[in-house]
Amino acid sequence: MPDAQQSPAAPGTAERFEPKIVALFCNWCTYLAADLAGTSRIKYAPNIRVVRVMCSGRVDPQFVLEAFARGADGVLIGGCHPGDCHYQEGNYKTLRRYHLLKRVLREMGIEEERFRLEWISAAEGDRVKAVVNDMVEKVRALGPLRARVPEQVLEEALVS
Amino acid sequence: MKPKVAFYWCAACGGCEEAVVDLAEKILEVVAAVDIVFWPVALDFKYADVEAMADGSILACFINGAIRNTEQQEIARLLRRKSRLVLAFGSCAQLGGIPGLANLWDRQSIFQAVYSEAPSTVNPEGVLPAREYQDNGHRVRLPGFFDTVSALDDVIDVDYYVPGCPPTPKILADAVATLLSGKLPPKGAVLAPDRALCEECPRKDAKPEKLAITEFKRPHQALIERDKCLLAQGLLCLGPATRGGCEARCINGNMPCTGCFGPTSRVHDFGGKALSGLASLVGSNDAGEIARILEKIPDPLGTFYRYSLPASLLGRKRTPARA
Repeated sequence: MPDAQQSPAAPGTAERFEPKIVALFCNWCTYLAADLAGTSRIKYAPNIRVVRVMCSGRVDPQFVLEAFARGADGVLIGGCHPGDCHYQEGNYKTLRRYHLLKRVLREMGIEEERFRLEWISAAEGDRVKAVVNDMVEKVRALGPLRARVPEQVLEEALVS
Repeated sequence: MKPKVAFYWCAACGGCEEAVVDLAEKILEVVAAVDIVFWPVALDFKYADVEAMADGSILACFINGAIRNTEQQEIARLLRRKSRLVLAFGSCAQLGGIPGLANLWDRQSIFQAVYSEAPSTVNPEGVLPAREYQDNGHRVRLPGFFDTVSALDDVIDVDYYVPGCPPTPKILADAVATLLSGKLPPKGAVLAPDRALCEECPRKDAKPEKLAITEFKRPHQALIERDKCLLAQGLLCLGPATRGGCEARCINGNMPCTGCFGPTSRVHDFGGKALSGLASLVGSNDAGEIARILEKIPDPLGTFYRYSLPASLLGRKRTPARA
């Protein structure tokens, strides 16, 4: 866990740490909400990279793990509210996986705030703003994740 | 001249060596067909004997175990040079295996636990393993201990994978037959069927069309029925996510699959995929209820990554020293 002193800015740099957050948004609700936020000129933190998926149920836990492994500081999944899934119960499957994956991530040393599931309907453009801004601030406070530090050459990691 | 074969072990329990012995009288057929030129657990050869061999002179080298220290890395590299084919034999070599769960710690915390905190340890001087040791003018060099456990293919190029903890005699015999047949599968192949264990499960017909698990049970908490799908009985069986080819040995022993044959070829992260499949079987749509049902899985990481943490997407736990 990075200590508070290290973050938000890396030592020696005046720049503020800007977290990279992968946002997996479902086609029918949250992606439309993000679209609505755009057309309504709602401003929110530019730290999310949105990936449109047909359903939050399409989000394989491997996507989340790979995002973290490849340098994401946080992963946000957005889906339809319970009962509203375009495919009946895709979001319920997401909810079940989310509970278990969250525990695995915690055991891997990845803080809870870095992985989030939110139900955001197509009408809730302002909620996209609130959720994204809140998550960006929380992840910023945690500092960079650097889940997969390159091993370089194994020898370098030895007892001297 | 008979083709030459070598066996080596890295960080492993010895079970994979046992698997070779478990060929029983079939081992005579193997010995009749090949010359075993190096097998530390059973035959007296030295590393120098291997160094003296011509490069590429060994047809196939079976390496079991994960890479935990520099000696294993060094010998794996040496054997790679001397062998035309290298096979990662067993879960530890293929995916990191049980020793790979040490990646939830790091060198420092492991040394601390083993050489200072363990109740059976008496070490008032705080001696820790060192790479060099001087005593009475003699200098001893010891293998270095890596911070992180790796699968074999993190260290050397691997031609084929033989899955299992340990591989079954049938899987091993088939692998040897494949090598001797001369009809080699594509490089990187796992020498086992590329389908999930459920496909060949003897209880397949007892698997309900739709599974909805409302209570997970551990094997000691249930009277397990012999002919009913284990998932339908609430047991955490990893059959849906695990490669088949093991002849469903655990299932036949009335125990759930723990995933030792690893993933099929379409999966990058065994634990992530197994978790995904299992979690979606939870029979509730209510957040609180779902959490309550899943609480009955006491150690999700150890359950889903039991054999594959080093080969997983994250590879290890993030520790303060590394962050």
